[in-house]
Amino acid sequence: MGNFYTDNEDIQFLFRHLDLAAVAALQEEGFKYAGRFDTAPTDAKEAIANYDLVLRSMGQLSAEYIAPRSERVDHEGNTLHEDGTVSYAGGIAESLNALAKADVMGFTLPHRFGGLNFPSLIYSMAIEMVSRADASLMNIFGLQGIAETINFFADEQIKHRYLHDFASGKVTGAMVLTEPDAGSDLQACKLRAFQNEDGQWYLHGVKRFITNGCGEVLLVLARSEPDRSGGLGLSLFVCDRGPTVRVRRLEDKLGIHGSPTCELFFDNTPCQIIGERQRGLVTYVMSLMNGARIGIAGQSMGLAEAACRVARDYAASRQQFGMPIEKLPAVRDMLIRMKMDIEAGRALLYETSWVVDHEVGLSKIADSSDNQAKAKEAKQQLKTIKRLAGMLTPMSKYFCSEMCNRVTYDSIQVLGGSGYMRDYACERYARDARITTIYEGTSQLQVVAAVRGVCGGACEKYLADLASRPYADSVKDLLDMLAEGGRTLLKCAAFAKEQGVDYMDLYGRQLVDIAIALINGYLFCGQASSKVDMQVAVAGNGDPNAPKTIPMTRRKEAVARRYVTRNASLIKSLAEEILSGDRSTFKEYEALVGPVPELT
Amino acid sequence: MGYNCVVLVKQVPDTKRITGQAMNEDGTVNRAALPAVFNPEDLNALELALQIKDQYGGSVTVIAMGLPAAAAVLREGLYRGADRAILITDRRCAASDTLATSYILSCGVKKLNPDIVLCGRQAIDGDTAQVGPQIAEKLNLPQITYVETLVSLAGKAIVAKRNLGNGWQEVRSQLPALLTVIDTANEPRVPRARQLMKCKSAQCRLEVEAAAQNAPSVDVDAVCRDLKTRGLLIEQWNLDDLKADLQWCGRDGSPTKVHRIQSVVLAAKESKIVEPSQSGIDTMVHELIVDHTIG
Repeated sequence: MGNFYTDNEDIQFLFRHLDLAAVAALQEEGFKYAGRFDTAPTDAKEAIANYDLVLRSMGQLSAEYIAPRSERVDHEGNTLHEDGTVSYAGGIAESLNALAKADVMGFTLPHRFGGLNFPSLIYSMAIEMVSRADASLMNIFGLQGIAETINFFADEQIKHRYLHDFASGKVTGAMVLTEPDAGSDLQACKLRAFQNEDGQWYLHGVKRFITNGCGEVLLVLARSEPDRSGGLGLSLFVCDRGPTVRVRRLEDKLGIHGSPTCELFFDNTPCQIIGERQRGLVTYVMSLMNGARIGIAGQSMGLAEAACRVARDYAASRQQFGMPIEKLPAVRDMLIRMKMDIEAGRALLYETSWVVDHEVGLSKIADSSDNQAKAKEAKQQLKTIKRLAGMLTPMSKYFCSEMCNRVTYDSIQVLGGSGYMRDYACERYARDARITTIYEGTSQLQVVAAVRGVCGGACEKYLADLASRPYADSVKDLLDMLAEGGRTLLKCAAFAKEQGVDYMDLYGRQLVDIAIALINGYLFCGQASSKVDMQVAVAGNGDPNAPKTIPMTRRKEAVARRYVTRNASLIKSLAEEILSGDRSTFKEYEALVGPVPELT
Repeated sequence: MGYNCVVLVKQVPDTKRITGQAMNEDGTVNRAALPAVFNPEDLNALELALQIKDQYGGSVTVIAMGLPAAAAVLREGLYRGADRAILITDRRCAASDTLATSYILSCGVKKLNPDIVLCGRQAIDGDTAQVGPQIAEKLNLPQITYVETLVSLAGKAIVAKRNLGNGWQEVRSQLPALLTVIDTANEPRVPRARQLMKCKSAQCRLEVEAAAQNAPSVDVDAVCRDLKTRGLLIEQWNLDDLKADLQWCGRDGSPTKVHRIQSVVLAAKESKIVEPSQSGIDTMVHELIVDHTIG
């Protein structure tokens, strides 16, 4: 029986390597719900057992139920009917039903609403598995941040009205943000929100590119303050899909065909406000988007994992020149890079999720009046952790999405002509991957968000923290290289800041790339120093006496070594670019790109 | 209204993962070398029962016969939504063949007096497909074997479609009845997360006792009482509870004796060239029919 959880040794390893007990204690608020809800654990051990059981079950569902439907979903797509209703591809409808029956549509929602109250870290693992099976289904499964936003910011009446239904899988939702003239720049949103004399709110206007816009519960960003332009004129509303909400169009897309992308017209739709006026974009949507970014990073992981497996299998079996093509140096290099890229992405994403879980958990303690001293301490810790989450979240989204585009493209390359054909899933993975660097904030915007942390001290502090953790002697030389890289990064960041904000953004990618290479390097060294005793299988090399398994830490040491040493020269070259002071992008743009072409 | 369903489930060695150590010297299965799993077609039977419950209401009880370790499949049943789990376990059940097994299970089913009894068509370890039909005979219940589709269920009448391999048969029966279900009937659901979290600690008394052996301070009665109040004690029945006639149980009740076990290796010793023409194909088909390979 297939299982995307148990067949993934890296996930199995990280599940044991990461400090889940700390996350569980925060998530369960000191296990205070034990006894009050029959799903609430009494201690960290039980919480971790719960996570493991549920992931195991989801791994099976992903491998055996969702994955076999994904090809047909891609061909079939969704259908917009004349009456403005949308039907999902058959496989999506079936899989959603199965996910609802498995009780996993309220993954992170509190116990009291029938949710599992799982941390973001476990959710990231689940999202990866679902995406490996069908990336387009993740767009609906991974929208649970909508319910979470309601839980964080809406009043009790709204929570009760919607959250039970989300948790049971009775309804799905949509984040209704983008408009024709407000894409990356959400401050430009125009959709109007207005009140009648009784104070009832209504929505009027058009939204575009709305993932699952046909969902039953819509979170809509709208201009509630007509006289106020920019983000502070926007509030967040929730409404039900009804006769006044019409799906006008379903987009015909390159990939993720199972995910319906809708254009919506709101014709005086009654709605309720979430939280306070004017905080829609600046507080609520920012929080929603951060969760969604982690979700996309998870989706990217799943796609890359799926593509890498196809490539690895093909390279081992495809014979050319009288041998499997994996014996060719160029192919091996590709395969190693794919696999290491994936593990780097997973390390970064799980670390980020772990930090985000701490942010959420500490916020709860800080807001609680149970224990003043503890609240004060949490507030203190929160300052650092919020800045760290604010840097790591865009880094993860940027790194994982770019990585999955590389990996899925390379998987086609490994398969050669066969990979270009529809007979193999690689081409679908590559098409599905393409959107990940675009939606929920483009890579360019993620870099803008992350570079503030890289140049603003959060990164320096974090790297120092990483460097101070305990490591095995086997990676001591790598730590020296990472420390050297850290000094280079400091120099670059200082130089860029000196040059001004425009220069910092111009070399943002280089700065963020260096920072990520260093962070991942430390995380790999940490994995190589892990206390987890686990044997992993290695590929056969033709020698019957060669060991069939090695300790995971030994494998991770090899990964860390290759990753850190290869990146050392990359960091030098990136630093050279940053320190060059080259401003030709600004000065010579007109000469370099020439005039706007006339499209015929 | 609703239907009370009893599903008979078996813990079997995972024959998909056969290794060199799968068989003992004496030709019996080396259960230690193979992971134990929920018999696949029993999962299809459970799924059908759960669908009946989803649609019509009622209850689903899972019963397994075996060693205390078989409680694992009962927990799997609870994870998927079964309401009640019963383990029939007794040393005197050991070495039961299909005749004895079906007698013991029929005693258990009789106690529950269900509307519908569901079993997988066959278990992947023995592949006999005998236990379900034998239970129906012993309880004098109508049986519908090889069920692929439940066509209708209304009042005390059931209509089901049987897949006979070369065709289908739609059968109508009075309830109570026994159904054996095949793997193409449905796609079994995965465990429900909330049930997993709740029922992971469900145990039968023998499991609690076994765990207590290494921890003498554990009060078995207290643990069982606690499990029971939380609805997590897997019921345990022995042959006395079933009022079973011991001469029909275990070794005494099992006329089947394994005479010899042979490893049959099919090898293509001779090959035959078939002319790629209509007459060549006709000849080949004719020979296959004569051999009873097809038809």
